[in-house]
Amino acid sequence: MSYLSVNNATKQFGESFKALNGISVAVERGEFFTLLGPSGCGKTTLLRSIAGFNDLTSGEITLGGANLRVVPPHQRDIGMVFQDYAVFPHLSVFDNVAFGLKPRKVSAEAIKARVAEALAAVRLDAMADRLPAAMSGGQQQRIGLARAMVINPQLLLMDEPLSNLDAKLRIELREEIRDIQKQVNIATIYVTHDQEEALAISDRICVMNAGRIEQIGTPQEIYGNPQTQFVATFVGTLNFLNAGAALDAMLGQLNLSAAAAKSWAVRPEHLDLLVDGAPTSDGATLSGMVSKFTYLGREAHLQVETEVGRLVVQLANPGMAATKAVGETVSINVQPSAPMAFDAEGRRISSKG
Amino acid sequence: MKGPGDRFDGWTSVAVALTGGYLLLVIWPLVMVLINSFAGGGEFSLAGFEKFFSSRLYYGTLTNSILVTVCVTVLALVVAFPLAYFMTMFRIGGSRSIQMLILASMMSPPFIGAYSWILLLGNNGMITKFIEDTLGFKPPSIYGFAGIVLVLTLQLVPLIFTYLMGAWRTIDVSLLEASESMGITGWRRAVQVISPLLWPTVLAGSLLVFVRAFADFGTPMLIGQGFRTVPVLIYSSFVGEVSIDKSFAAAVSVIVIAVTLAVFLLQRYLVSRRTFSMTALRSIEPRRLPGWRGVAVHIYVYGFLTLALAPLVVVVFSSFRKTLYGQLVDGFSLDSYVDSQRDILRYVGNTFGIGITALIILVVIAVLVAYLTVRRKGALSGTLDTMTMVPYVVPGLVIGIALVTAFSQGPFMLTGTFAIMVIALAIRRLPYSVRSTTALMYQLNPSIEEAATSLGASKFRTLVRIIIPALAPGILSGAILSWVTIITELSTTLFLYNTSTQTLSLGIYAEVIRGQLGTAAALSTVLLVLTMLSLILLMKLPGGQKELRV
Repeated sequence: MSYLSVNNATKQFGESFKALNGISVAVERGEFFTLLGPSGCGKTTLLRSIAGFNDLTSGEITLGGANLRVVPPHQRDIGMVFQDYAVFPHLSVFDNVAFGLKPRKVSAEAIKARVAEALAAVRLDAMADRLPAAMSGGQQQRIGLARAMVINPQLLLMDEPLSNLDAKLRIELREEIRDIQKQVNIATIYVTHDQEEALAISDRICVMNAGRIEQIGTPQEIYGNPQTQFVATFVGTLNFLNAGAALDAMLGQLNLSAAAAKSWAVRPEHLDLLVDGAPTSDGATLSGMVSKFTYLGREAHLQVETEVGRLVVQLANPGMAATKAVGETVSINVQPSAPMAFDAEGRRISSKG
Repeated sequence: MKGPGDRFDGWTSVAVALTGGYLLLVIWPLVMVLINSFAGGGEFSLAGFEKFFSSRLYYGTLTNSILVTVCVTVLALVVAFPLAYFMTMFRIGGSRSIQMLILASMMSPPFIGAYSWILLLGNNGMITKFIEDTLGFKPPSIYGFAGIVLVLTLQLVPLIFTYLMGAWRTIDVSLLEASESMGITGWRRAVQVISPLLWPTVLAGSLLVFVRAFADFGTPMLIGQGFRTVPVLIYSSFVGEVSIDKSFAAAVSVIVIAVTLAVFLLQRYLVSRRTFSMTALRSIEPRRLPGWRGVAVHIYVYGFLTLALAPLVVVVFSSFRKTLYGQLVDGFSLDSYVDSQRDILRYVGNTFGIGITALIILVVIAVLVAYLTVRRKGALSGTLDTMTMVPYVVPGLVIGIALVTAFSQGPFMLTGTFAIMVIALAIRRLPYSVRSTTALMYQLNPSIEEAATSLGASKFRTLVRIIIPALAPGILSGAILSWVTIITELSTTLFLYNTSTQTLSLGIYAEVIRGQLGTAAALSTVLLVLTMLSLILLMKLPGGQKELRV
């Protein structure tokens, strides 16, 4: 049995709204497990049910084999990090971190040592006596992290801990969180709506939508082999190809077919521009007219009108010469591995011919 | 299975206990008053109401009260609006001190105003005498309608001024700039743009002024003489200058509550039709007003300040004058203090004993009720929240009558005890304390509490170690403001005290009624000093400035 397991969890709000609709997940010891999805998908509801702040309507939660739902939240021994930091404004940094140790009957010297260690881990050791009010968001969240960690909980929960921080700090702190988690080796459930963050930080990701699980897998599986149309569009972007003779011809050329396919799509970064005159080694070629060029620094997006519809092509490291003018004609190379097929329910289906 | 999500826990018991206490100490006494109003000689009768509407002597007090209240409300608004407008828009010399002094005049005991205007303009008043001696004619009398309106208006302008200043801070300067760019400036902007934005505040402030003026007992009692208002009628029919008629007093109380409630509901209705919330990114910066207009504005502001502070100055001054048989005579001495030092000590002791006990109970209940209404929304906490608001529309005098009625016999014989004084004062202040604490509680981030829970803190530990300390500055500021109103409260405790529980404000009232003007002035000075010290303490608190930033 897994370390933490949630079985068939449902949560009903009011008469009709189901925030969780039969969710089952299993998290292993030491694992960094991320719940990823748009707002309202139920990820925070699931997290809060594990923390005990709201109870499930039905379903089971066990931690280390013991039924968690009968344990009141303050006895669950689960550390939590909050989106809005939730530092205690009237307590110093040290007292914030020490707060959870006092009810755990830890001796005064041990408290001192453990708090110092936790503060060192989040690089706040120089600020132990300060009040959090005047500190930056990043520093406050470091307090939150140290405070949740120091009690050595059975499980660590993080509810969008980085989303109130600015972009640069977000990347810096997410690396720290990952490093610290690997160091303390506490199973962690992390909630985010940021796909890049989820890919960067997780051992496994659970993509949720409308109270259901879309896919659980490693970051590579989620991005590289999405099992549903929702996952493919939420984690990354998709060009949908218009049905018709041109698409059929292209699929024929690539030797791809799927009888149940409702839609075909291809990721912008899986398309390449063909340099004029260069021979196509394999794959199919689509030609079209540039309708927009967006320069983003480390990449550029080229919007091209083709026979299979409007396609966005991602160009990596675009140099000065890569700039295309609107109206220019270009050729796009499509590799056989690039197109993905989805059925009428949005499920990924095999596209091998 | 009984999971943690089931919400029956310690807090439910607290809600049940508070509801029970409220039913016993507030609702039941008021129901007794209601029953008494419909019971004459042990059976159902409308005799009390019939008596009230049968004679001009009685129903005239209602028209008097309404006349006074409407005049005071309108006048207070008319005086306060320009005051707040000038203080916001223009740079006035000594602005901060002005705001402090206006606040001090608001916080000073209401009936001291009445008493000291008698010292100034009464039959033997300083100004009256001065005019008689130098100009040789008798100035118009201060007693009656004019006096009541003067005293109450001066007392209540600061209240509505405080409200308006608060609302003004939420108006973003860009709104004014926008109207200016469309060519609307000056008084047209004040009428077309600012007034509508302030409308909900004006209504809320006016309601408070209305309720206070309508329920005020001390002022009309001292300065009204033949001009009787409803609270005076209630008092005299309950105490029985002529004859004691408790069912009649109860019937009049019910009428007063009905009027107040109607005004309260009307205000609610008017406000609910146009609610909006604003937060100013950039508040209005006062600018310098040059020329004769600047002078006129200064005259207006300082003129009001002089009128508002005159009673306080007069009282302090009078306390150091010589007295003869209670009347003030020429010359100065400390006799008023020395002669009544025993009484002063007794009154101050009672004021502190009763006041602090009431304050502690008040703060504890307010925190609990606020927590329940903010964090445990439900039928029970909703009921509790509504119940705590009941004393808001019940005049203090009526609360006193209700408590006397309910606790004069049977198992709860409390009249004249320390307990009943504490209960009465706590009940009286609860609506205000609960409101301000609830507002504080709403600002407290809910995840702070969850963080404490997830770190292993029980509900009790979370309350004591996290919620209360986090809110402490706000709770403390609110408590000091409550303290000031507790020590200056008169009407609620008027029926409940005896000599061993007489407080300073009750002592002042008794001395004025007995004609001991010197002693009354000395006691009033002591009370004023206590009030001012409390306000200074509030200023010194971290965050207290904000509370006082009128």
